[in-house]
Amino acid sequence: MPPQRSTVKVRIHPLGDTALLAELGTRLDTALNTRAIALAAALQKRRDVRRAVAGHGAVTVQFDPDQITHDALAAAIRRLARKRPPVEEPGRLHRIPVVYDGPDLEEVAQRTGLSPQRVIELHGRPIYRVFLVGFVPGWAHLGPLPEELVLPRRATPGTKVPAGSVAIAGPETGIYPLTSPGGWNLIGRTSVKLFLPDSDPPSLFRAGDRVKFFAAGE
Amino acid sequence: MTPALRVITPGLLTTIQDQGRPHAISSGVPPGGAMDRFAYFAANLLVWNDPSAATLECTMTGPRLVAERACVVAITGADLAPRINGQEAPMWTSIMLAEADELAFDGRRLGARAYVAVTGGIVGDRWLGSMSTNLMVGRGGMHGRALVAGDVIAAGEPLAEPPPGATLEDALRPDYADHALHAIPGPHPREALFGAAFRVSTDSNRMGYRLDGDPIEAPDAEILSFALVAGTVQVPPDGRPILLMADHQTAGGYPVAAVVVSASMPAAAQLAPGDDVRFAEISIERALAMRAAQRAGLDSLTISWM
Repeated sequence: MPPQRSTVKVRIHPLGDTALLAELGTRLDTALNTRAIALAAALQKRRDVRRAVAGHGAVTVQFDPDQITHDALAAAIRRLARKRPPVEEPGRLHRIPVVYDGPDLEEVAQRTGLSPQRVIELHGRPIYRVFLVGFVPGWAHLGPLPEELVLPRRATPGTKVPAGSVAIAGPETGIYPLTSPGGWNLIGRTSVKLFLPDSDPPSLFRAGDRVKFFAAGE
Repeated sequence: MTPALRVITPGLLTTIQDQGRPHAISSGVPPGGAMDRFAYFAANLLVWNDPSAATLECTMTGPRLVAERACVVAITGADLAPRINGQEAPMWTSIMLAEADELAFDGRRLGARAYVAVTGGIVGDRWLGSMSTNLMVGRGGMHGRALVAGDVIAAGEPLAEPPPGATLEDALRPDYADHALHAIPGPHPREALFGAAFRVSTDSNRMGYRLDGDPIEAPDAEILSFALVAGTVQVPPDGRPILLMADHQTAGGYPVAAVVVSASMPAAAQLAPGDDVRFAEISIERALAMRAAQRAGLDSLTISWM
């Protein structure tokens, strides 16, 4: 029997002369992200690939143009993407205690038409997936968020969001690993450290991990 | 490893930089490293170092340094008017410093970042496989910070004593006066980017440059975050492009209008706030030819001492 093929359409764009973007899809989707992570892992094994990093639904590939052309690598990526991804091992599960007293909790409740208690319940219900780690050191994109909690970012970003702030925006939730400016809606805080500069890798979360939040007593 | 240079004044921003830590981007840590890789590699090759050895990256003004012992150095990249004991010092050339010689810079003539390599290689704190200084998290290089007065910079023991006077031919040195950056349209191309005149804003640093000019129309569509590379030209909702540099954010979801090609990144690294800049569209083939020409320039240094 020939190997089963799926109908993933890959769009490949050059990123300058030494990198390319292989886009598997443009939706926030766990299956898509699983494929992106598998594709990045397969590409990272190639000698002509310097670095392959998965995003939500795309893989950024830095390659050595002395070893392979953009077109030849694009063809190889299309072949790899047609293969069914290996069955993914469940990622490590992190349980994160949260004190739900964020400065935006009341406003989130008002804008969603829910009680603050209901916001807390809903936020703690799913097991979220780590879609990717990136942006700033230790920042993880977690989701998908329950639909009732989906809100845009704040119109005016905070200039100094404290490290450990638990936040939501769009279909995602996340934890600020460092004190930094930020525009997400702050609903709580955790004492768990996400950026571990003395470890290698220095991020607590890795792409594909799972995260469960629970309300911690003060 | 022994003390090689003592810092009398540090200049505006002088940091220890090597090739950076590209593997750390999957933890959200910027790849970092020398902004102008051509000047960085050339400086190391001129003093017979491994090309990946750590160097000083001196921004805009440059430090005043005193040799703690005799050592061979090379100054490449921006012309910050280097002087040794008050006498104009040649650039892109290996120079013998005697103990107590002073290396200083008068200030910016062309470019923004000069590199100083010391034979044996500068030694700093290693973090995630690299000695590059990351100022945001305060790791690597000189204890994660820029140099300050009184710092003593150590260097390794040279494998061999390189001869002073080795030089990179004029014709092979980059033309930093050319502010046209060659770029390839990105996944979310914006025709208006090419040919438009921009100015590097004061809101610019090793993470990236904000570019002032007529705003580029940004599409409204939400783009899922993906991993970014240096040279990326993002267009945020306000239409002011951002050119990502060595300490760039590792992922983002702004439209990517273009990506500057590898051969133009040294020129990009030499831009300073207030400089005019524009983007010139180029094919992948032509970009790779420019890349090969730069490589040949560096190879000329390798061959001269092998």
